[in-house]
Amino acid sequence: MNPLLKVQSISKSFGDLTANSEISFEVNKGEVLAILGENGAGKTTLMNILFGHYMPDNGQIYFKNNPIKFGNTRHTISLGVGMVHQHFTLADNLSVLENIIIGQKSLFSFSLSKKTALDKLNSLIEKFSLPIDPDAMVSDLSVSQKQRLEILKTLYKDCELLILDEPTAALTPQETEGLFKTIKNMVNQGLSVILISHKLNEVLSVSDRIIVLRNGKKVGEKKTANADYKSIASMIVGKEISYPKKIKSKINREVLRLEMVSYKSDHDLDVKINNLNLKLYGGEIIGIAGVAGNGQQSLAKLLTGHLKPTEGKIFINQNEVIDSSPKNFMNQKVAYIPEDRNKDGLVGDMSIWENIIMTETDSIKIFNQLGFINSKNSHDQALSICKTNDVRLQKIDQPARLLSGGNVQKLLIGKWLYRKPQIIIACQPTRGLDEGAIAAVHRMILDARKDGNGVVIIGEDLDELLSLSDKICVMYNGHLSKPLDTLKTDKLTIGMLMSGKGF
Amino acid sequence: MINFRLEERENKSLRRQIISPFLAVFVALIISSLFILLAGVSPIDSFKELFIGSFGSRNAIAETLSRATPMILTGLAASIAFKARFWNIGAEGQLYAGALAVTFFGTGLVELPSFIMIPFLFMVGALAGGLLLLPLVLLKNYYKVDEVVTTLLTNFIIVLLVSYLLEGPWKDPMSLGWPQGASVIDQGVLPQILSRTRLHLGFIFSIFFAILIWIIISKHLIGYQIKAVGFNPSAANHSGVPVLKTIFIVALLSGGMAGMAGVTETAGLKGYLTLDLSPGFGYAGIAVAMLAALHPLGVIASGIFLASIYVGADAMSRSMNVPTYLADVIVAITVLCVLVSLIINQYKFRFLEQNK
Repeated sequence: MNPLLKVQSISKSFGDLTANSEISFEVNKGEVLAILGENGAGKTTLMNILFGHYMPDNGQIYFKNNPIKFGNTRHTISLGVGMVHQHFTLADNLSVLENIIIGQKSLFSFSLSKKTALDKLNSLIEKFSLPIDPDAMVSDLSVSQKQRLEILKTLYKDCELLILDEPTAALTPQETEGLFKTIKNMVNQGLSVILISHKLNEVLSVSDRIIVLRNGKKVGEKKTANADYKSIASMIVGKEISYPKKIKSKINREVLRLEMVSYKSDHDLDVKINNLNLKLYGGEIIGIAGVAGNGQQSLAKLLTGHLKPTEGKIFINQNEVIDSSPKNFMNQKVAYIPEDRNKDGLVGDMSIWENIIMTETDSIKIFNQLGFINSKNSHDQALSICKTNDVRLQKIDQPARLLSGGNVQKLLIGKWLYRKPQIIIACQPTRGLDEGAIAAVHRMILDARKDGNGVVIIGEDLDELLSLSDKICVMYNGHLSKPLDTLKTDKLTIGMLMSGKGF
Repeated sequence: MINFRLEERENKSLRRQIISPFLAVFVALIISSLFILLAGVSPIDSFKELFIGSFGSRNAIAETLSRATPMILTGLAASIAFKARFWNIGAEGQLYAGALAVTFFGTGLVELPSFIMIPFLFMVGALAGGLLLLPLVLLKNYYKVDEVVTTLLTNFIIVLLVSYLLEGPWKDPMSLGWPQGASVIDQGVLPQILSRTRLHLGFIFSIFFAILIWIIISKHLIGYQIKAVGFNPSAANHSGVPVLKTIFIVALLSGGMAGMAGVTETAGLKGYLTLDLSPGFGYAGIAVAMLAALHPLGVIASGIFLASIYVGADAMSRSMNVPTYLADVIVAITVLCVLVSLIINQYKFRFLEQNK
């Protein structure tokens, strides 16, 4: 039987960097192929080539024996390939049906023939059991419904191969289950799916075959039935990953306390916060769980001086914080690892060393009394921070945006740890990172805890929170639950709290 | 159909960055010759006249440099502000604010020995230009009012204010009815630096400030924070860079440079404030900064270059009998060409083969 998609020795390089090197694989009808790899392994480049965003240096791709015209997205789609990107491409101000029709018809045709479109959509909804209201406005849909719509959009264009890029990134565990059911259903109906993901557990549960990319090369291919977590993980990273172990640490004095802290604002988008109480001791990690959008962002901003509480008091080292400014929190030895590291953490157009010294503007070693930059000291310090934290780079002068996600995160955490903080507020510190980088970030956080830091991790990944934290609190609608001892609780209890039961 | 796409260059070679502005200017001159041809004269002769008019004699050079003086300063004003992504289009108004300050303090209110009086006038001029921007920064920060609009509209307010003052309360009684301000006292007048020309000390000041701004931008904490805020204000804020304070400093520096352009024109070139003190130096500063790719030292070269076109075009129009407006055309085409060359520096074109 001929394969549905045949990728033949695709290569692509950007200057000195080889993004794809001689990659070949096949996708058969009715199977789920998972493509795994670290950030920067070449997954995105490969998909961009398939989808006409990049031209390959050489190689060929065949879909049902037709060669794909490179650099021509329309052609790829017309052959029957559909892709659902991690970031949705929907028009919020239109209805579900209108989003489906959009781009299907010439702008100058008078009849939109909604009736035919609606019939086709309804039959697809039934065939693949993807329930959605065709008249609903997209802005009213939840994340998983929007994803369903994206899938329907590709099915509507008669796609036979569906590519899903990190489809579970924004879904709750229940929604993920639902998506996997959909995928299995589609495969049973004869479709093929390429799943791009870094969540190994999920890949193992839903795929038929796995290929692994590393440094632009295909380094392995396995039937999922014969694969196990550890072997695939080391294949991805290229060596055995040593996962850090959490050891008992000494709890010392209280470093941070919130007393009846509330935050209300009529014009900001920040979620309200109601009467929060929290105590954080040196040497412990508190995990804050919750479904995104329940006030976690506001809490992180309150804990770092980016928001000022409207009521209540914050104490650092038993002293009440009067001046709620980021600078003052920094001076009180609070470190902040923001959720969106590229937007809030990194100045991508400045060099690596310039990024590292950004938190050091008070340091006489880096900026002398007159305010002039000491170039040598700042280069030395940046190099040593990169070295200590295993930030892999070509040159310390290169623009920081060229670093991969894992290296960016190691750089950001490293520059904050250099300041010897006492309190670390980390928001989703491993979001979007690969296994190797996750292990490294976990090790950095656990080491900081061992050194006596109090750490707050705000996250959505329950497994991660359970493995790192000493205590877990759940946020729901601006309220914070009582802390639960991690050793004495389980996912079920936390899940109940996450849905607002038990507050 | 030609099918191409832009791809970002990985390595931006220094050689290309230095050569490209010259190439852009060359291309601009070729395109401009089409317009000169339209005027019915020979482009080569015209450019020769233009060159002679701007660099052909001691006096021409002095004229070019004195014209460049305010353009370098307003060019610096634009380049500092644009580096911080603060779109100050109001250098024209800030220039007049500086000129008003000179007229207020420098026409008899304060009398100091020359070596203090001149720096004093630069200081009040800079302060006037800088302070004019501060309320606009607050409007942007607290009410999200776009600074492109506010700085631009402030220009008209200030120009009308100048007009009111010169027609009314500040009108010099000795001016035989012309709307002009009183003369700057002798201690405040910027001395000639080349005898029997109009080139004055202001030119040295403008070079000095270009070097000073370059040092601040490339070596100093302030410039470092300006760049960080310009590239990514959110990340800068998260790392403890005081964003609002930085924008205030940018406003003071940028408005200050433009204000000093008003000082050099009032206390240097003319000796008194008039309504036509600036033939759009504030706006020309934007072109100067763009041509220099916002580099403070580049501003010196691009300021002199653009000034030479304006000065040379006068000579060209006299001897070739073409309109002086050709100068504006040449400047505009040059800026466009340089912007294109900046894009080419950053990206490369990649032509796609046509698939059958």
